[in-house]
Amino acid sequence: MMPTPGAPAIRLTDIHKSFGPVRANRGASLEVMRGEIHALVGENGAGKSTLMRALSGMYAPDSGRMEVADADGILHEVTGWSTAEAIAAGVGMVHQHFMLVSTLTVAENLMLGAELTKDGALRVLDTARAAREVDALSQRTGLRVNALQRVSELSVGEAQRVEILKALYRGARTLILDEPTAVLSPPEVAELWQVLRHMRARGETIVLITHKLDEVMSISDTVTVMRHGRTTARLRTADTTPPEIAREMVGRDVVLATEMRQDAAMAGEGWAVARDGESVAPASDARSLGTSSFPLPALEVRVLAVGNARRTRAVDDVSFSISPGEILGVAGVEGNGQTELIEAIAGFRQVRSGSILLDHRDITHTAVRARGQAGLSHIPEDRHARGLVLDYSIAENLILGQQHRFARGGFLNTLDGDRIADNARRQIAAFDIRPNDPTLPARALSGGNQQKIVVAREMGRDFRVLLAAQPTRGVDVGAIEFIHAQLRGARDAGKAILLVSADLAEILALSDRVAVMYGGRFVVVLPRAQASESVLGPYMTGAEEAA
Amino acid sequence: MAALLFLAQTLRIAIPYLFAAAGGVVSERAGLIGLTLEGYMLGGAFGAALGSYYGHSAWIGVLSGIGGGALLALVYGVSAIRFRADQVVIGIAINLLAIGLTRFFLRLAFGSSSNSPRVAGFGAEHAGTGVSALLSNPMIWLGVIAIPVIGWVLYRTPFGLRVRAVGEHPVAARSVGIPVPRVRYSAVILSGILAGLGGVYLVLDQHQFTDQMTAGRGFIALAATIFGRWDPLRVGLACLLFAAAETLQIQLQGAQLIPSQFVEMIPYVLTIVALAGVVGRAVPPAALGKVAE
Repeated sequence: MMPTPGAPAIRLTDIHKSFGPVRANRGASLEVMRGEIHALVGENGAGKSTLMRALSGMYAPDSGRMEVADADGILHEVTGWSTAEAIAAGVGMVHQHFMLVSTLTVAENLMLGAELTKDGALRVLDTARAAREVDALSQRTGLRVNALQRVSELSVGEAQRVEILKALYRGARTLILDEPTAVLSPPEVAELWQVLRHMRARGETIVLITHKLDEVMSISDTVTVMRHGRTTARLRTADTTPPEIAREMVGRDVVLATEMRQDAAMAGEGWAVARDGESVAPASDARSLGTSSFPLPALEVRVLAVGNARRTRAVDDVSFSISPGEILGVAGVEGNGQTELIEAIAGFRQVRSGSILLDHRDITHTAVRARGQAGLSHIPEDRHARGLVLDYSIAENLILGQQHRFARGGFLNTLDGDRIADNARRQIAAFDIRPNDPTLPARALSGGNQQKIVVAREMGRDFRVLLAAQPTRGVDVGAIEFIHAQLRGARDAGKAILLVSADLAEILALSDRVAVMYGGRFVVVLPRAQASESVLGPYMTGAEEAA
Repeated sequence: MAALLFLAQTLRIAIPYLFAAAGGVVSERAGLIGLTLEGYMLGGAFGAALGSYYGHSAWIGVLSGIGGGALLALVYGVSAIRFRADQVVIGIAINLLAIGLTRFFLRLAFGSSSNSPRVAGFGAEHAGTGVSALLSNPMIWLGVIAIPVIGWVLYRTPFGLRVRAVGEHPVAARSVGIPVPRVRYSAVILSGILAGLGGVYLVLDQHQFTDQMTAGRGFIALAATIFGRWDPLRVGLACLLFAAAETLQIQLQGAQLIPSQFVEMIPYVLTIVALAGVVGRAVPPAALGKVAE
């Protein structure tokens, strides 16, 4: 019997899965039809990845039923199977964090776990045959890779191609992709969509985990929405709208701060052109010009060079300035020096050469606390590593780095609990941190509320310049909306903001000027009105060099 | 002739390092810190004394020595893999355990607190330290091929590919259906066998076991593993380098040009230099010491 398109390829019924006290899935059900691209959407922490990891055999569900169709289209129960069984049955997953061993070659990664060996008693690896098979598969699918290259030498886009090839190499007929575009530049995203459409045309089934609504609208056939571990809606993409999906994701109406993103999704590239046209007028606004014409930049960076563990010039002679009341957005694929730039300005990383001026005061070599007193605030890109002490209470996290301002003074110089509690009450109210109990450890909060603690601490005090690195990473739609409003409000109140984000839509939604960082340099700086995904994309991949 | 004798003595000194460092490479490439090599060697040495004495055969000594090293490696493996104990803490404990256990059983089996009676070894009695004596000792040959064999296993076999994957990115290995704990147990026990053979060599060469006879050789092997950047060929050369330095020190002892303590420091100083990144960068396996996921 040949499988017919439209027959179910996967059916998950009432899946429950807990990790200790965290109930990641509590009654999630999913039906995916053969030959469709099915978007699984939901806020961060809604349980999408957990559900798909159960399907790929990484975890066994606590209860529920999993069925997967075989090559003939007949469903078999597979509840709690292993990754090896899932792979054998043609279910492959491309994880959000790449599951590639960077010290091995592409061919070695592909055959890992299903190694090809030469005939004979010694079972010697047949690397040459593996490389030939990889090349053949690469030709057939259009996913270009070099089989003998080490994975550590690949770009993020290439690594993702390897991940997809790895699943296909193992005979995947159903491909699960977990947030595949999070690390890709726009041209790479377009290429990925092409590959997925080809696979669909060949009758393969694709589940796409995402929280980006434009992706849902542009690529999927069907959408399943998850909220708090449950699946709340199953919609045909053609019959739904982004606001409807957003409402299902959050459980209430959302004013999408990233409306532009959805407009783009619906109007396609034409939108960017139209938008550019209508925004020509503001380009004459001083704020939008390539070089700011404000007399006194709040932050000025002069030919800054910064090294990291691998490269002596991870930031390679970058110069820019930001005026009060301006947001400079730095776009770019991660790992092109953005982290080092932010850390150098924040004072965590030694500068090799160049200088940093805050209100015309040289802070290139001053201590972190002194920079804070000079008016620098910093929302770090990794809130768990740099922004919070997860086991400290909300109240304690809200004074981190400013604890000296909450001391009683005197010989013992103890902390003043009353003032700390008072500060916590005010900040929790002002920044809508939930739950509103200041004694709870930060660990107990959702990603969005954890981020609000950091935002409250850094923006809820007097500052002149804000470094906002990935300010909404891993944060739910509601919190994104709130944080974007805070950033715009601070800009309008005359603060200077350096925004670094891997999310190009966020950069375009907030910035007055946009810079693209590639290979440690600002390859282009444009007024917002002249920037769009199609203009910036080539710069992000290094295809276009600065004039 | 002097050069030949220098080489022969260097090789004799290098053999236990080569065995243990081969074990160190396997263990560390699988993600388990090789701090326990010293303990495995001592366990292997005592096992060899027991087997050779009571079995009246050097080969039985080899087998029981392998058992001694493997047993301690199993204890380490269970603690670090099954119970996810901190590898440094457990590693130190295993080394202390090996000292205590061998001392206890030394008294029990041989009624002595310092050394075992004379046991059978390989080759003719009092063959001396010449080249022909070296060539007739099968342990020498085993030691010489240990590193190349491990290199071949790591880079040419499916098991080796899995070991390298598991030590670098265990979650990725698991995601493609590799039984990560099983690979790690195999690697750690293999390292116990190899380092144990290093101890076996010492006992069969000296025809007796003495309390704490490994005297830090396991740590020198670990230093060689790191100094050789976890690459079998480089690690083998590091072992030979350390052994050559030691030989030089022995031969210069009469001259007293430099205090012998400084020569003994060479392996450790070189390891610190290597780790500090002075001669190229030493990048350890990414998952080294991290079993908990």
